[in-house]
Amino acid sequence: MRRLFSAAALTLLAPLAAAQNQINMSPGVTEIGADIFELHMLIMWICVIIGVAVFAVMFYSIYAHRKSKGHQASQFHESTKVEVAWTVVPFLILIAMAVPATSTLLEVYDNDEAELDVLITGYQWKWRYEYLEASGEPVAFFSNLATPQEEIYNTEQKGENYLLEVDEPLVIPTNTKVRFLITANDVIHSWWVPEIAVKRDAIPGFINEAWTRVPEEGIYRGQCTELCGAYHGFMPVVVHAVSRDEFDAWMAAKRGAAVAQTALAMQTLPADELMDQGKAVYDSACLACHGAQGEGGIGNAIAGSSLVLGDLSEHMAVVAKGVSGTAMQAFGGQLNDVEMAAVLTYQRNAFGNNTGDIVQPGDVTGMKQG
Amino acid sequence: MGSLRLSRVPAIDTALKLVAVAVAMFAFVFVVMVPLYNVLCDALGINGKTASQAYTAVSTSIDESRQVTVQFVAINNDDMPWSFSTEARRMRVHPGAANGVVFRAMNPTDAEMVAQAIPSISPSRAAAYFHKTECFCFDQQALAGRAGVDMPLQFIVDQDLPKDIHTITLSYTLFDVTDTVTDGLAVR
Amino acid sequence: MGDHHHGPAAGITRWLFTTNHKDIGTMYLWFSFAMFLLGGFFAMVIRAELFQPGMQLVEPAFFNQMTTLHGLVMVFGAIMPSFVGLANWLIPMMIGAPDMALPRMNNWSFWILPPAFLMLASTLFMEGGAPAFGWTFYAPLSTTYAPPSVTFFIFAIHILGVSSIMGSINIIATVMNMRAPGMTYMKMPLFVWTWLITAFLLVAVMPVLAGAVTMMLMDIHFGTSFFSAAGGGDPVLFQHIFWFFGHPEVYIIILPAFGVVSQIIPAFSRKPLFGYASMVYATASIAFLSFIVWAHHMYTVGMPVAGELFFMYATMLIAVPTGVKVFNWITTMWRGSLSFETPMLFCIGFLILFTLGGFTGLMLSIAPADFQYHDTYFVVAHFHYVMVAGAVFSMTAAVYYWLPKWCGRMYNEAMGKTHFWISFIGFNITFFPQHFVGLAGMPRRIPDYALQFADFNMMSSIGAFIYGASQLLFLYNVIAAIVAGKPVSDERVWDGAEGLEWTLPTPAPYHTFEEPPQVPKPAGTI
Repeated sequence: MRRLFSAAALTLLAPLAAAQNQINMSPGVTEIGADIFELHMLIMWICVIIGVAVFAVMFYSIYAHRKSKGHQASQFHESTKVEVAWTVVPFLILIAMAVPATSTLLEVYDNDEAELDVLITGYQWKWRYEYLEASGEPVAFFSNLATPQEEIYNTEQKGENYLLEVDEPLVIPTNTKVRFLITANDVIHSWWVPEIAVKRDAIPGFINEAWTRVPEEGIYRGQCTELCGAYHGFMPVVVHAVSRDEFDAWMAAKRGAAVAQTALAMQTLPADELMDQGKAVYDSACLACHGAQGEGGIGNAIAGSSLVLGDLSEHMAVVAKGVSGTAMQAFGGQLNDVEMAAVLTYQRNAFGNNTGDIVQPGDVTGMKQG
Repeated sequence: MGSLRLSRVPAIDTALKLVAVAVAMFAFVFVVMVPLYNVLCDALGINGKTASQAYTAVSTSIDESRQVTVQFVAINNDDMPWSFSTEARRMRVHPGAANGVVFRAMNPTDAEMVAQAIPSISPSRAAAYFHKTECFCFDQQALAGRAGVDMPLQFIVDQDLPKDIHTITLSYTLFDVTDTVTDGLAVR
Repeated sequence: MGDHHHGPAAGITRWLFTTNHKDIGTMYLWFSFAMFLLGGFFAMVIRAELFQPGMQLVEPAFFNQMTTLHGLVMVFGAIMPSFVGLANWLIPMMIGAPDMALPRMNNWSFWILPPAFLMLASTLFMEGGAPAFGWTFYAPLSTTYAPPSVTFFIFAIHILGVSSIMGSINIIATVMNMRAPGMTYMKMPLFVWTWLITAFLLVAVMPVLAGAVTMMLMDIHFGTSFFSAAGGGDPVLFQHIFWFFGHPEVYIIILPAFGVVSQIIPAFSRKPLFGYASMVYATASIAFLSFIVWAHHMYTVGMPVAGELFFMYATMLIAVPTGVKVFNWITTMWRGSLSFETPMLFCIGFLILFTLGGFTGLMLSIAPADFQYHDTYFVVAHFHYVMVAGAVFSMTAAVYYWLPKWCGRMYNEAMGKTHFWISFIGFNITFFPQHFVGLAGMPRRIPDYALQFADFNMMSSIGAFIYGASQLLFLYNVIAAIVAGKPVSDERVWDGAEGLEWTLPTPAPYHTFEEPPQVPKPAGTI
């Protein structure tokens, strides 16, 4: 009831660009975002002025030319002068609009001479980011929705950034021209961050370019904007813009972590570590289709599954290669050996499965190499 | 509607002519729209697709006055398990000069597979100025289980590349085309 | 057309085998109303799920089936057939013809529709569910990644296309060959003009849609790669072909609505339509322009900048002839003698709200700004303003206006006005806030949303329930009129109405104008 009242009140009170109940586009933090916002406002005000004028004439007529007040109808039905005027004047207004529209569009397309390139790949239903550097261990990772299923299915209170939070955001340095190379793995997606005013479709087999220069540190949130299947609404975009120093440190840590993961893959890991990491991988990559208790849903049940309880290499083959003709994707390219070992271990021991199998990263590497 | 009469009954005459228009518009999609799209994309190089055959024109000279960065990106499409990469991720080249780079692919499965590499260039208007004299993308690539291969790319950036383009990104997306006729539908 | 006219046959066979334009028009209208309620039901499911953040009622995959079917049913099952029904009823009477040019083809045009929609609706019960890729069905979501029901979807689209093409051929053949002597083209009512032009658009672009879905069928079942990069194809090619159909399609939806408004406003202004000739030319220019603007639906797809600029300029241009029409309608009212019966109320509602939709259309045409609008609720708001407050309001006005002529009974004016006000208010509560959430960053086609969009979504859902309920009131009004409305016997039911159909008895007899009429030269009209 309280929400109904506030909803009703909102029709009367028009709040300004507050985050909640925002009614207008945000100018965002980039220069191009501000230019687009100015253009949007210009066109909108021209439309408002024309609309007010036109409707004023109509409402006046509705009032003054009523039959019930005895107004007699004139019979005029043409006037070349007037018709030419209201053809030519709108045409001139359109030309006036086209000038700033053209210059802003040319700005959007100015992708050259970037200082940093990031490859963005849309997957069903997550984003992958890869920093394209000339050399060195590549930094690449997936960015999954981090909002828990309990919040989505209303058993827990929704957090502030509900549906707009990820496990691994895209980090970029401020005041740097960043070029995005955007493609997709499966169907068409679209990458959009309103506050930096970048939106570009992600087309499988093709690469699109976009660019930005973010002057202000901050966290900027967006979403996928092309229908891409069931979870289209659940693959947000989060960009952290940080200082150049912070960015460099973060990249170094990421490269180090990649190296560390490779080292980890050589070790024998304790069971509880594997189960912990396995649960984290399961929750982020498997849960949406296979259920929080492994009970299934869009995907088969994990609990009591003969595949999961059976031969390990067959179990891993399904996880790695997916099942063609179904929604089960190939996770081989998305999980490293440690993550794969962990999630296999978890699936084989959680949900009452209790096989006692512990899968080590070395086992995974071995199975891959045959 | 012209002086050709398809029927003595005027209404039927009109109707038959309109049927012809409808059929022509249906044919238009296959016979005009698809080829026109491909021709325009090839000729104007506007959707980033590069030529599917080797470039054979003789290069006259090298433009020493400027260099262009060519960046290489290797991407796997859905369900494609091969490892696919290139050592040289970017090169500085002179327009007009012949250059080469090698991509490496490895089939980690036990079964023979066939792949098709699909190139895409960004900015798309640079595609008309990027000539491949030899490319692994011209043919499908078969690999036995557990096998790997080095795949060469030889290219020349045209001297007429617009001066305002300083970086060209060439991406290859590797698709699994082992079952070339798609019988089932991959349901998501 | 023989001389065995005994009036209509009895029972179900009358309706199955009729070749009478009035019967066929009636069937189209009732069918489209049923589809409107079905599509509206899908919309209620959508708005119920979007009432609050979080997933409460349906799963995301099913939600996508609802949005897809809502669009398909409304566009192809409700709006288009409803205007075809109007065309069937009115065009022969307006031009003084006894029936449509090809009456048996007319019967087929209607009767293939119910099976097509039955097939489409039955996909809900198939393995993998109904199509869930949006009414715009982009590849490869609709090819490689589609559910098995996609094949039935493609068959349904083919059948709908055949129905539209046959109907349009009939309309063109009728108008070109069967006008009464003296009814030159420039004496035809504007409703006939707009339908003539629409019919040409349909004949030109429905086959293009057929081509697109055939190419999908070939990619899915016959190993071609029109839309798949792997085989040398391009998903963006699909978008070009689809929107080459899709943009003219939205003008196909709105032009007959323009025609209706051009008949009704002069009647209730008791004044001739202002600028008849320029209305005809404006309609024709909108139709021509509609062929060269399609890629404004694709501004974010990665087109070269020259292409974006061309499509932006061409799209902006359409504002000119559209504006001319709005000015002409208002000038028709100016210094008229206005009364505000239900049909006129819906037309005034159309004038205001369609114009608002036109303004947001102009904003959307600006390519760089569209990078922030594309695929958000701002677009959803725009097209519902022009399609619902535009086309549906116009159709509603048409039903109230011509119903007395069709059945000889008047609807209840107070109930009609009530329907108008609830519709108008409900519609705006539903769709005006969608501009806000779109500008604030809410994408379209999502079953759940971030918390900052919650209040406006709740408001929009409440509005939707109100608007939906008011359509049941419409149904009641129509049935009450037909069954128990006050009998009308004046030929000219409305004192300001002009046109040949208003010279016929009320209700219109089963066969009319078996002898061509004298085309009057009304004072002041062309």
